Amino acid sequence: MLKDLIKDFIDEMKPKLINDRMFIMGGLGAFVVLFTSPFWLNFLFSLFTGDDVYERPKIALPTEYKECVSTRDYMRAEHMQLLDTWRDMAVREGKREYVDANGNKWDINLQNTCMSCHANKPDFCDTCHTSNSVDPYCWDCHVEPKGNQQ
Amino acid sequence: MKLSRRKFMKIAGVSAAGLTAAVTGVAPLTGIAAEEVKGPAYQAKGLTAKRWGMAMFVNRLQDPALIKQIAESCHKPHNVPNIPGDQEIKWIWADSYAKSFPDSLAETAKDHNFEDLMSKRFLLLCNHCENPACTKVCPTGATFKREDGIVVMDPHRCMGCRYCMVGCPYGARSFNFHNPSDFLEDVNQRYPRRMRGVVEKCNFCTERLAEGKLPYCVEASDGAIVFGDLGDRDSEISKLLRENYSLLRKPSLGTGPNVYYII
Repeated sequence: MLKDLIKDFIDEMKPKLINDRMFIMGGLGAFVVLFTSPFWLNFLFSLFTGDDVYERPKIALPTEYKECVSTRDYMRAEHMQLLDTWRDMAVREGKREYVDANGNKWDINLQNTCMSCHANKPDFCDTCHTSNSVDPYCWDCHVEPKGNQQ
Repeated sequence: MKLSRRKFMKIAGVSAAGLTAAVTGVAPLTGIAAEEVKGPAYQAKGLTAKRWGMAMFVNRLQDPALIKQIAESCHKPHNVPNIPGDQEIKWIWADSYAKSFPDSLAETAKDHNFEDLMSKRFLLLCNHCENPACTKVCPTGATFKREDGIVVMDPHRCMGCRYCMVGCPYGARSFNFHNPSDFLEDVNQRYPRRMRGVVEKCNFCTERLAEGKLPYCVEASDGAIVFGDLGDRDSEISKLLRENYSLLRKPSLGTGPNVYYII
């Protein structure tokens, strides 16, 4: 009696094991497809629209001033490190003078030096930050230039 | 080759003379060149001191309108919000003698016209202590003493624990219970605001000293507040304090305040 039951149980298990393998492989396949969907969806969209879906945002550069405290590439990649250094220099060390690579002197001040040229926060700061999903909290305290609020 | 003593001295002498000439000849040229190039927003070098301090002529600061004007001259440009009640933010304010100098009551009662003092108002602000309690209790180093004696707040590092407010015996610190931007009508574009959850206080106008200007309250006081270097015996403020009788707030606590009240 018990022997039959055990035999039935084992028989019951056998075909199931084979069926499970299909489910598991199918599930894994679906997972891989979903997980990589951003890549191939992007690829598919680019086939239909004919160009890349992600575009490097176009920022509004200041018109009156041509020179910044450093090169364009450095500022694009490292401006946060520069701002961090400037913050420590101005607030903690009381040093408010920055000499750039060309020997020009600058007043270390986010609101009155950086923003006096880059007066267009929505089109300069925000476009890149938004498209890169970064949310710096500078503007919780620092005041953005008045030009933007009109 | 063996160098004779005489020859060695000759070469050494010529080299030294050449080096001196090079340094004196070239340095002014490079100095001038470095001074001439300036960035668009560059400003001249600021005021410096060994130990900044303040002295007030109490008798000249009794007009309530003047007191209000001085407080506004500070609060407006520093974006200090106007919040009524016990959650107010204040950098500079006025109070009675009993509230301002509680541990000097007995002493001054003997030596001075006590009735007269009791009727006076006193402008109060951060004392920028020699030995500040606030900086010692701050767990993040958000408040610290600069080399020129000014005790400043770095709101970037403040986490709002309010230990400094407990530590300060002068009540000079205020906590932002609200977002200060909600209470500001005109925002000064040249100075930052604060955010909810940080402590703030008078900063002896470090941003103005860096531009070579005196603090707002000193300018608004029409000469009744004197600001200067207490570390310099020949400064105007040091002379004034030698010539006049002045009070310090709670000197017995050993914090070494740097704001003097000439009575």
